Amino acid sequence: MNGGVNGVALTVFILFFLAVTVMGFLAARWRKAENEHSLDEWGLGGRSFGTWITWFLLGGDLYTAYTFVAVPAAIYAAGAAGFFAVPYTILVYPLIFTFLPRLWSVSHKHGYVTTSDFVRGRFGSKGLSLAVAVTGILATMPYIALQLVGIQAVLDVMGVGGGENTNWFVKDLPLLIAFGVLAAYTYSSGLRAPALIAFVKDTLIYIVIAVAIIYIPIKLGGFDDVFGAASEKYTAAKAGGLVPLEAGQWTYATLALGSALALFMYPHSITATLSSRSREVIRRNTTILPLYSLMLGLLALLGFMAIAAGVKVTNPQLAIPQLFEDMFPDWFAGVAFAAIGIGALVPAAIMSIAAANLFTRNIYKDFIKPDATAAQETKVSKLVSLLVKVGALVFVLTMDKTVAINFQLLGGIWILQTFPALVGGLFTRWFHRWALLAGWAVGMVYGTVAAYGVASPTQKHFGGSAKEIPGIGEIGYIGLTAFVLNVAVTVILTFILKAAKAPEGVDETSPEDYTADAGDPGVQVELPPATAGTSH
Amino acid sequence: MSDAPEVRPPVVTPVRVVIALCLLAPFVAMLWVGSYAKVDPEFIGIPFFYWYQMLWVLISTALTMIAYQLWRRDQRARHGGAK
Repeated sequence: MNGGVNGVALTVFILFFLAVTVMGFLAARWRKAENEHSLDEWGLGGRSFGTWITWFLLGGDLYTAYTFVAVPAAIYAAGAAGFFAVPYTILVYPLIFTFLPRLWSVSHKHGYVTTSDFVRGRFGSKGLSLAVAVTGILATMPYIALQLVGIQAVLDVMGVGGGENTNWFVKDLPLLIAFGVLAAYTYSSGLRAPALIAFVKDTLIYIVIAVAIIYIPIKLGGFDDVFGAASEKYTAAKAGGLVPLEAGQWTYATLALGSALALFMYPHSITATLSSRSREVIRRNTTILPLYSLMLGLLALLGFMAIAAGVKVTNPQLAIPQLFEDMFPDWFAGVAFAAIGIGALVPAAIMSIAAANLFTRNIYKDFIKPDATAAQETKVSKLVSLLVKVGALVFVLTMDKTVAINFQLLGGIWILQTFPALVGGLFTRWFHRWALLAGWAVGMVYGTVAAYGVASPTQKHFGGSAKEIPGIGEIGYIGLTAFVLNVAVTVILTFILKAAKAPEGVDETSPEDYTADAGDPGVQVELPPATAGTSH
Repeated sequence: MSDAPEVRPPVVTPVRVVIALCLLAPFVAMLWVGSYAKVDPEFIGIPFFYWYQMLWVLISTALTMIAYQLWRRDQRARHGGAK
């Protein structure tokens, strides 16, 4: 940004990156697997993680470039409206507490590795299972794209490539390199790599947050001055503000609720949950995970601090990295950049593994090659995890990067449409499988079309994630509107299909499967390799 | 709320109602944006809008912990009594 390369910061950054990469490769040997070629092994780390590791894994989903770059950038650009991320993460925990233990139980009873496995087992519908799998893979891509934007922002500020005037290859080269590193170590060690690196990442992040939250406000003259300066900027720009206006409150609430409902539908959240050792671990985690939300809130305030510190960037995504570079000594800026970079890599790895699992289990094995061997499955998974990252790259290169939070919201619109089948299925068998499929299709089509129609100053399509809610007239999150439509269609069609006595499909689960815990008969803590022919 | 109908003792008990309230409270508080969309009173220079939501992180954590403890006690009582 300021012309040259920041040598000290870059050196520190590279050192951390190298250390993490080496750790990733070593992770392959950590708590060595009996059968490393099984999908359970590569994709779920053997399903034997206790409270702490699960905590780091689940936390890894929250502490991403979303937290460090996208949310503060939204605050920097628009003020209060970007703070919806805090209520969003607050609402996630009661939801996890309620839904996920049931999923853990039924999955460990029947050997389910993905949400699609569960949906197929519950509703006896391959079509519904396919819909859930495709949605999961699709929705994960923009979320990974967000992580790439985060890494790119850091490299840009450090003076590596980037800049507005260079050609696209120079601009994106560092991004591609970071990407290659991620792909390589994910490929070789599966979920164990991100789990181990999560410790490093969180430690780094805590240090950076602690310093940033104490040091920067003091240097800027206290929160009074910070918010004063921010208020002036919004007034001058006639955009944004310190509190949401009446008209923005629906948007704020629907974004928070929609995002919260969506988060634990993502394949990677499910991966993290299923890799915990027992049902109890999940509930115990929900009582300590909110610490992450607190940190998210504090980080969001950095958006205001960037304004007060006089950071002026045309791309808001660069605001926080630029703030760090301006405020910190070079070496610590390097540490902070490493925290952001690794904080984007780890979730990207977890997400792509989860999406790959989904493909292998529910598309490859169910539709393409039912008699695949365990080794073949693992091979396909690894390949797909690469492809998913390439898909993410396409999102980065085609969508507007200045509002990165939109990537995550776009993913949310899609993934939310699997909610009725998954969560509905966890509690009741009342919904009809065809109705669920129809509801899903309506939600997907409405959500995609609506999002496609939102223009922003910089692009004609997919420019935002909020739109007028038909019938209410307020501006709300498209994902939530689509979800409501989805549920309405599902309920109405279920009544009709039941009246018409349409075949219900076979439910292979029984009520007590949903409350079983480790140690109960039939519940395997470490499942056997999920090869073809076992567990189904 | 989250309770499976298959459990034999009464499904809705006072303890479970309390658990449900603990889990529902954050939704009411956070989705009612109008109740906290204001600048005053400030806390160490931070507008109400921000510190109030951060405070709710702590409140919801406490509520989830209470729900967790109550749930465990509830489960233990059931497993001890019903089986």
